[in-house]
Amino acid sequence: MVPFGGWEMPVQYRGIVEEHRTVRATGGCFDVSHMGEFEVEGPAALSELQRLTTNDVAALEVGQVQYSLFCHPHGGLVDDLTVYRLAADRFMVTVNAGNIDKDWTHVTTHGGGARWRNVSESTGLVAVQGPKAEALVGRLADVDVSRIGYYRFVQGKVAGVRTVISRTGYTGEDGFELYVGADDTERLWTALLEAGRADGVAPIGLGARDTLRLEMRYALYGNDIDDTTNPLEAGLGWVVKPAKGEFLGREAIERVRAAGPARKLVGLEMTERSVPRHGYPVVKDATTTGIVTSGSYGPSVDRYIALAYVGSAHAAVGTELGVEIRGQVKGARVVKTPFHPPHVKKG
Amino acid sequence: MANVPPELRYTREHEWARQEGGRVRVGITAFAQEQLGDVVFVELPKVGARVRAHQTFGVVESVKAVSDLFAPVSGEVVEVNADLTQKPETVNQDPYGHGWMLIVQPADAGEWDQLLTAAQYEQLIAEGGH
Repeated sequence: MVPFGGWEMPVQYRGIVEEHRTVRATGGCFDVSHMGEFEVEGPAALSELQRLTTNDVAALEVGQVQYSLFCHPHGGLVDDLTVYRLAADRFMVTVNAGNIDKDWTHVTTHGGGARWRNVSESTGLVAVQGPKAEALVGRLADVDVSRIGYYRFVQGKVAGVRTVISRTGYTGEDGFELYVGADDTERLWTALLEAGRADGVAPIGLGARDTLRLEMRYALYGNDIDDTTNPLEAGLGWVVKPAKGEFLGREAIERVRAAGPARKLVGLEMTERSVPRHGYPVVKDATTTGIVTSGSYGPSVDRYIALAYVGSAHAAVGTELGVEIRGQVKGARVVKTPFHPPHVKKG
Repeated sequence: MANVPPELRYTREHEWARQEGGRVRVGITAFAQEQLGDVVFVELPKVGARVRAHQTFGVVESVKAVSDLFAPVSGEVVEVNADLTQKPETVNQDPYGHGWMLIVQPADAGEWDQLLTAAQYEQLIAEGGH
């Protein structure tokens, strides 16, 4: 177990590679209760979220989820998050565990009018991901979960426990994230694992969560994105909607858009065997052009892969680069991402 | 408790050494591979390279960590396990067998006696491995 922001969390149960493959082949359960949740409500909730986040919250229907960002006025990322529209004037925002305090300061400093509540302590979160996830959650739920679309949610009971059943995740597989009262988390967790055992569904630790998300190119805050990275260089321009009107960071981001980002987050695949890791320099013709932000062996692609910021001139797919590993430059190539094809249920 | 074959000698850094007709075969212990988790990369010296006792001769990487490999004895590398390049997981599956790493022609026969015995190594890992 490793300490993570005050939580004791398993890196692995039976081995990272085996757990990774289990999620892609059958399914896995992740206790991600460390994630933070804020609720915001009132007549000003929508306009306040519009000002605080980069995506267009007005486009969100009740029962829909949206990936989005909090940005500083200088355009750097405060956090990445998901926004849930619970009712016309009531929302839930899910944030990264390591950023709960910073995010809370951010929303209360820049907010005004709407009522915010930090419900992180009282909210548990269990993710069920993989090809068997729908059948497993479906067996235990009192609602028809097959009707929940991608990035949609319903409220219902799972294993007799009141939950928000959200068709979202961080693995690239179909599945759900189940928000639950903290006191009920263990009951839900146990019921899911018992009911899933026959299908080969197993508990999955933080290690496999990281390799699964890396193969999908999902950014990890603190590794790939942080207070100093701009959404456009991180490839997150698709959740920045300047047409919606004013929001924190808009001007700075639009300046970057006009000039073009100086560097870009790209996917790398090693062409020489070696493991790229966070912080290793990326070189082009013996000159440093960037830095690896996440890297690992990718169990499903069976290759050594990385995310790295590189100068925009070297960001095109097919560009041959090098990663400096223990003083030696090892060959790498810019490749298309995601590294592994997603199997989420769209449409 | 991890497997500690009695006929081998050990380092404090969790390598094992086996006498084979005047040469020394080297690998990492069952305890070491358990602690590392899934081994995904092994970097070894070339045949002909010289290694020195207690100095690093290579690197083993699991999904989460990079660890140095330490030579039990000094000498010339006469064979390396090239299969580990394509199948690093062999280190997890068979650490004392197909997961071996090097064969060294020792330069100083006296170094062998300074290695830990199986009983001493068992004591080390019983104390947490440090």
